[in-house]
Amino acid sequence: MAKMFPRILACGDSALCVELSDIIDEVISGQVIALAQSLTDTPIDGVEELVPTYRSLMVVYDPEIIRGRNLAISLQHRLEDLAVGDSHSRHFDIPVVYGGAVGMDLEALAAMKDLTTSQLIELHSSVEYRVYMIGFAPGFAYLGGLPEILHTPRLAAPRQRIEASAIGIGGKQASINSVPGPSGWRFIGRTPLRLFDPARPKPFLLRAGDRVSFRPVSEDEAAIVARSMGAGEMDREAVLK
Amino acid sequence: MIFLNIQQIGAMATVQDLGRRGLQHAGVSGSGPMDMPSFRIANALVGNEPMSAALEFAGVGGSFTVTQPVRFAVTGGDVDIRLDGTKVYPWESYDLLPGMTLAIGALRDCVWGYLALSGGVDVTPVLGSRSTHLGTGLGGHEGRRLQAGDHLPLGEATASANLALRQPWRRSARPIQVIYGPQDDYFSADVKETLLGTPFTVSARRDRMAQMLDGSPIRAVAGHDIVSDGTRPGSIQVPASGRLLVLMAERQTAGGYPKIATVASVDLPRLAQVVSGRAIRFARVSQERAEELLIGERQALRGILANLVAKPRNDNQRGEILH
Repeated sequence: MAKMFPRILACGDSALCVELSDIIDEVISGQVIALAQSLTDTPIDGVEELVPTYRSLMVVYDPEIIRGRNLAISLQHRLEDLAVGDSHSRHFDIPVVYGGAVGMDLEALAAMKDLTTSQLIELHSSVEYRVYMIGFAPGFAYLGGLPEILHTPRLAAPRQRIEASAIGIGGKQASINSVPGPSGWRFIGRTPLRLFDPARPKPFLLRAGDRVSFRPVSEDEAAIVARSMGAGEMDREAVLK
Repeated sequence: MIFLNIQQIGAMATVQDLGRRGLQHAGVSGSGPMDMPSFRIANALVGNEPMSAALEFAGVGGSFTVTQPVRFAVTGGDVDIRLDGTKVYPWESYDLLPGMTLAIGALRDCVWGYLALSGGVDVTPVLGSRSTHLGTGLGGHEGRRLQAGDHLPLGEATASANLALRQPWRRSARPIQVIYGPQDDYFSADVKETLLGTPFTVSARRDRMAQMLDGSPIRAVAGHDIVSDGTRPGSIQVPASGRLLVLMAERQTAGGYPKIATVASVDLPRLAQVVSGRAIRFARVSQERAEELLIGERQALRGILANLVAKPRNDNQRGEILH
């Protein structure tokens, strides 16, 4: 059955899902972010929360202030007038120490792909990624743009604990872990940056629509970045670019 | 500083407030109480602001002492409560004085109970909330379940009478109402008929994150994988096993299973409170009707909270010496 997009779907009695597609696509993601931006810049009364994901925007509302039926009409109008630009897109340069205890899968993954580890690192750090969404865990970034040769299925049995800084690959996606936890993804390195720190004035490093690239660094350089973060010098943009 | 000393406590007790709002876009789960009306009533009965934090427990309460006089109330359902061995009742507040032991037994007709204390549990807010999120170890008391030996700081409270409900807060016994979608088009008409036409059993496989239901397998015609999208409390996810998974307060913020329907907001606390092993039935409701039910329930709750009755001063053993 062919689906017509966009469509506005009910997520219970206090949220609507504005679905723009059923695939992962950069243009679609740009539209999702643009719609969220439009609703942030010019809010609709009663809208409490906007949740951008790969191909849809969830709009949480208070039915005592606006009813779903009326909100859907307003959202439809927003979509018709939507100007999609990349003006709000930020770029982050993420330092990565490849391999090591956290990047435990680097060598096995290189062998699986018939690459040397330096070729794999070169491939992984040569492209720009798009943050499609933040979800699953606080600050966890789902990145699109992974070179096809690095696409790798998840492990059959997840590992019990992966560090918060781990740089991962799961299927077609790349990731940066934000909190420690179990994961079935493969991990090839770690970053001294922390994507999520509830004690920081700005707890979250990334948001949907951002662009990131990875830069190989030595242990020493990573330690310097980590120290400057600890000293409070760095609230991201300053040090990152 | 006033402290609540936990001498014994059930296995699933946490600090909760109204929850962490507005951060789902950053991957932060709302958390908050499993049964919002019971939580709000508990706070109101001890004169707290709605924002105050209280204890949530599953099954068994525990035993508690305090370092200074406070008022307390237990809500959620029917439960045996003893103040130094003397029986007292849920859904109303009492004084708890230093030297006295408050013992809360097992909930009889529900799953989640609340212990509110005047002044509220004054742990440091994290990302704007004192709610514990166990999955990520955020908020509450050290981001974890409470255990015997914990000392929780309580806020200062102004003196006030103990309070009771003018009439009991009753949970209806009607079917659990669901709004179809957002991925109901992944399921055939027959399967949706099964959802509405057959009973499901509330599984013991449940926690603050999700509630599993046993029953006829639900199969998606369009597959059990979607491009991950946002979740809601009450989202009914259908993984490839065909077993329904209802997302609860601590849910992950995004998920890759199709969601056949969403439990109406008014019925989610009711589902949370169904004892494991009992059967439930689903009934379909329109989004519009579910909104009306939610608005109606909020108005009813506001009415109840605005019409609490002051108990006579001598209604608490030794209560008259407080304040």
